[in-house]
Amino acid sequence: MQFTRRDTLALGLGAAALAGMPSAVLASVEDEIADFTGGAEIADGGVTLDAPEIAENGNTVPISVSAPGAVAIRIVATGNPSPKVATINFGPLAASPSAALRIRLAKTQDILAIARMADGSFRRAAATVKVTIGGCGG
Amino acid sequence: MASGVKPRIKVPSSASAGETIIIKTLISHKMESGQRKDKDGKPIPRSIINRFTCEFNGQSVIDITMEPAISTNPYIQFEATVPEAGEFVFKWFDDDGSVYEESKTISVG
Repeated sequence: MQFTRRDTLALGLGAAALAGMPSAVLASVEDEIADFTGGAEIADGGVTLDAPEIAENGNTVPISVSAPGAVAIRIVATGNPSPKVATINFGPLAASPSAALRIRLAKTQDILAIARMADGSFRRAAATVKVTIGGCGG
Repeated sequence: MASGVKPRIKVPSSASAGETIIIKTLISHKMESGQRKDKDGKPIPRSIINRFTCEFNGQSVIDITMEPAISTNPYIQFEATVPEAGEFVFKWFDDDGSVYEESKTISVG
């Protein structure tokens, strides 16, 4: 098969459009993670993130996180217009590094919970939530 | 101050020393995300509670930074250790600068 100049241009444009869209969103998710970890490596496991598999109403999605040995946990919603959700800092009187919240999700997406451990290392957990009705209005 | 803000907190009235208790808090607040638009297509300005803290006798239990992705009427549940009798102080910080404060005493028996 031979490509004409026009085909090649069209292909290039299509590829650029495809690549451009998600990378813009992913970049802000990565920024949000890097802002918390300072670019440190994140290990999987050691964090429990409980979220419903299917959320009918994206306006209130109950989630809970816990990470034994963590001093702080950041929650990131990868598919929201702004991936920031919350950062939980545990004080000396927190009985366990766990908390439950209700969050808004714009669409079906992955949620990340990243925990900063007492020794300065980072751990993460992810959960996919299917959202029937998005929770960001419009 | 946003209208109709009312904090509700559930803390047991007594515990034994060193016991772990579960604290549930809910504050009625519209948590306007800044993403929504009104009928004329103009964006509705953001108005949320951006921080929640809980302290016991001056020592921090939990400190949460909240973003617009937190639901209307923010509900937070967490666990605290009660080393002695004293007072839990809960604070919610609104975008408009107001701070809603509430406290609960707990006895150790």
